[in-house]
Amino acid sequence: MNEKKTLDDQHYEKIIAEESICTQDHVVYEPPKSAMYETPMHYCPGCGHGVVHRLLAEVIEEMGIIQDVIGVAPVGCSVLAYNYLNIDMSEAAHGRASAVATGIKRVLPEKLVFSYQGDGDLAAIGTAETLHTCNRGENILIIFINNGIYGMTGGQMAPTTLANMKSTTSPFGRDVATMGSPLKMTDLVAQLPGTYYVTRHSVHKAGNVRKLKKAIVKSFEYQKEKKGTCFIEVVSNCPSNWKMTPVESNKWLEENMLPFYPLGDIKTPNQKEN
Amino acid sequence: MRELKLMKGNEALAESAIRAGCDAYFGYPITPQSEVLEYLSREANQRTGMVILQAESEVASINMVYGAAGTGKKVMTSSSSPGISLMQEGISYIACAELPCLLVNVNRGGPGLGTIQPAQGDYFQSVKGGGHGDYKLIVLAPSTVQEMSDFVELSFELAFKYRNPVMILTDGALGQMMEKVELNPQKERKHVELEWATTGRKNGNGRVITSLHLKSEQMEQINIRLQKKYREIEKNEIRYEAVNCDDADYIIVAYGLVARICHKAAELARAKGIKVGVFRPITLFPFPYKELFENVKDKKGILDVEMNAGQMVEDVRLAVEGKVQVEFHGRMGGVVPSPEEILEKLEEKYLGGSK
Amino acid sequence: MAKVYGDIVIDIEKCKGCELCVAACPQDSLEQSREVNSKGYLYIVKVQDNCTGCINCALVCPDGAITVYREVAGGKKKEVAKVKNVNKDMTITVDE
Repeated sequence: MNEKKTLDDQHYEKIIAEESICTQDHVVYEPPKSAMYETPMHYCPGCGHGVVHRLLAEVIEEMGIIQDVIGVAPVGCSVLAYNYLNIDMSEAAHGRASAVATGIKRVLPEKLVFSYQGDGDLAAIGTAETLHTCNRGENILIIFINNGIYGMTGGQMAPTTLANMKSTTSPFGRDVATMGSPLKMTDLVAQLPGTYYVTRHSVHKAGNVRKLKKAIVKSFEYQKEKKGTCFIEVVSNCPSNWKMTPVESNKWLEENMLPFYPLGDIKTPNQKEN
Repeated sequence: MRELKLMKGNEALAESAIRAGCDAYFGYPITPQSEVLEYLSREANQRTGMVILQAESEVASINMVYGAAGTGKKVMTSSSSPGISLMQEGISYIACAELPCLLVNVNRGGPGLGTIQPAQGDYFQSVKGGGHGDYKLIVLAPSTVQEMSDFVELSFELAFKYRNPVMILTDGALGQMMEKVELNPQKERKHVELEWATTGRKNGNGRVITSLHLKSEQMEQINIRLQKKYREIEKNEIRYEAVNCDDADYIIVAYGLVARICHKAAELARAKGIKVGVFRPITLFPFPYKELFENVKDKKGILDVEMNAGQMVEDVRLAVEGKVQVEFHGRMGGVVPSPEEILEKLEEKYLGGSK
Repeated sequence: MAKVYGDIVIDIEKCKGCELCVAACPQDSLEQSREVNSKGYLYIVKVQDNCTGCINCALVCPDGAITVYREVAGGKKKEVAKVKNVNKDMTITVDE
C-alpha cells in the first residue's frame, strides 16, 4: 500500500507544511534545549560522552534544578563539557575534579554538585581524591565514564584497560604481569561507608540509556536529601581509539567490557540500611 | 581599640582569618605550619561557621581552594615549602582562571624534604611564578606576628580587588614565635553574589571557571589581560619600609624575618659609627624597584641579606641597574644569621674587615 | 487496533553519521545518506515510513540530533523523511 515517489523540491516542502505530524503537539522526544547549547559537540562520531551529556541536561531540565546545579569537568575528552552544558561549570586539573567539587559543595551545601570524570582521570591520577571524597561521603554525584582507554591523548593504556586489550602503550595487549590488572574503581568505592548509591550503567542500547537517566535522577534526589556520595560508572566506548566503527565498538563493549564490568547497582540505599 | 593578645605567628594568622570573615580553609598538616590547621579546626567553625577541611594532600587542598574560590567565597590554604611545591599546578590554574584566594607559605629549609627550620628559599617560587606559564601572585612578606595577622585581611582585599591569588610568604620562625598582636574586630561572614562566580546558573548562560583556551590567539588574549592586571598591581600596590635610610652610607636590604635581624645589625653598626639603614620590601611582587633605587642611589653600597643562596638579590640588582655596588650574604638550610654576623659581613665587604 | 504513526526529524548539521540510531531502530527505518553535511559527515536519513516513534534512535544518539513525533491513528496524514536540506533523488514514501 506504500507507493514510492520521487518528489521535486517544491512538492517536498509542501508535504512538510501540510501533512506532517512533525508538530509541537506530537513531540514525544526532543533534545534538551535550555540546559544544553545548540553547538554540535566535538566528540568523535558514536562517542558515549554525547549521550551522557544529553541525559544530564535532560535530568537538569526535567527536575527544574538548572539554577542549583554546578558541574565540574576535569582534563580528558570531556573537559570542554561546559561548551555543551549550559549550566555553571568549573574546569578542573587532571584528576582533581572531586576535590574541586568538594570545595564547591562545602561552601555551597544547598547546591547540587556533580563531577564528570574519565577513567584516566578518576582511576589513575585522581585515585586519591576519588577515594577520599567518597570516604568523606561528600554530598556530590560522581559520574565516571569508563571506556578503558585514554581518549584525549590518543589511545594510551588506562587503569581500566582490559587484560590483553591493545592500546598505543600496550601495543601487544595489556600484560597484567607487568602492567597491572584493570582497576574496578566502582567496586572499590562501594566498600567505603561514605558512598550511598553506587551503580554501573552503559549507554550502548536504548534500554540502558533509560536506566542511566533514572540513576542520575535518583542521585540528584539523594543529594538533595544529603545522603552521601553517589557514584555512577558508565561503561562507554571509544570507537576512534578502539579503532572500530561506532556500531562495532558497542558490540565489542557488550562482548568484552560488560563481562568484566557487569552492569547494575553495586550499592543501593536498601543494602546500606541492612 | 583593637584586642591585644600574645600569640604565635601561625595562630595569629589563623585567628585573623576567622576575624576577616574567611569562608573556608582547606589544608594538610606540615611542620612548621600545622598550627594554622589546628587552630582553625578548634576555633573557626563554631564561631563563624567557617568551613575547615583537612584534605588528603596539598594537591587536593589547593584544588578544593580552586573549587570554592570559584563560587566567590573567601577561601584560603596554608602549607610549608614541600607542600607549596605540590600545590604549584593548582596555583597556576587559579591564577589563569583569576580566582581570588589566600595562600600562606611558612617557608622552611630546602631543597627536597630539607629541614623544618625557617628559610627564604622559596622567594623565586613565590615571586617569579612557581608553576607553569606566565603568572604572578601578589606576595606579601610579613616580618612580625602583627603583620602575620594584619596581612590576612589585606590579602583578601587585594585578592578580590584584582581577582588574583595572594600569597603570604613567611617562615618557620615567624610562624612559631610568640609576640603581642593587636587583632582586628570580627567581620561578618556574608555571601556576595559576584557576576563571574559559579553559584548555579542565573539569568543568561552558564558561567564557566576555566584556564583552558585551545585557540592560541585566545590564550594570548588571556595572557595580555593578565599582564595588564599585573602592571596595574605594580602601579598601585607596592609596599615597603625604609628605616634610617636618609642619612645612611650603606643600606641593608632584607625581607621578612631577616629584616628584623638587620635592624639590630644596623643598630650595632651605628653604635660603631657606621651609618647603616634598612630597606625592607613588604610586597615581593610587586617588587619596589623604583622605591629601592630612590633610597640607595647615592649610597656607598648595599648588603642584601637572605636566608637562601641569593634570590631577592637579583631583583635588588635589577633595581639599581649597576649604579650601586650590591653585595650579598646568605645562610641556607634553615640557619638564621645573627646581627653580629651581618655587621661583620658588611664591614668585610665594604670597610676592609671588622674594626 | 489503533495504528501508531511515528516520525523523526534529524538535525543533519549535528549528525555525525555514527549509525548507532540505525542499529537501534527496530523498524529498520534509517539509513546513511549518500550526501554529506557541511562538516563532511554522511548523515542519517529515514527511508521507510514504518516509524512507530519509539524514540530508541533519539536515546542512543550521541549528538542529540533527533526529535521524535508520534500520533495515534485517526489524525492527519503522515509524511516521512523530513530531512532538511535534502532535495534531489530522495525517495520518499507517502501514505495513500
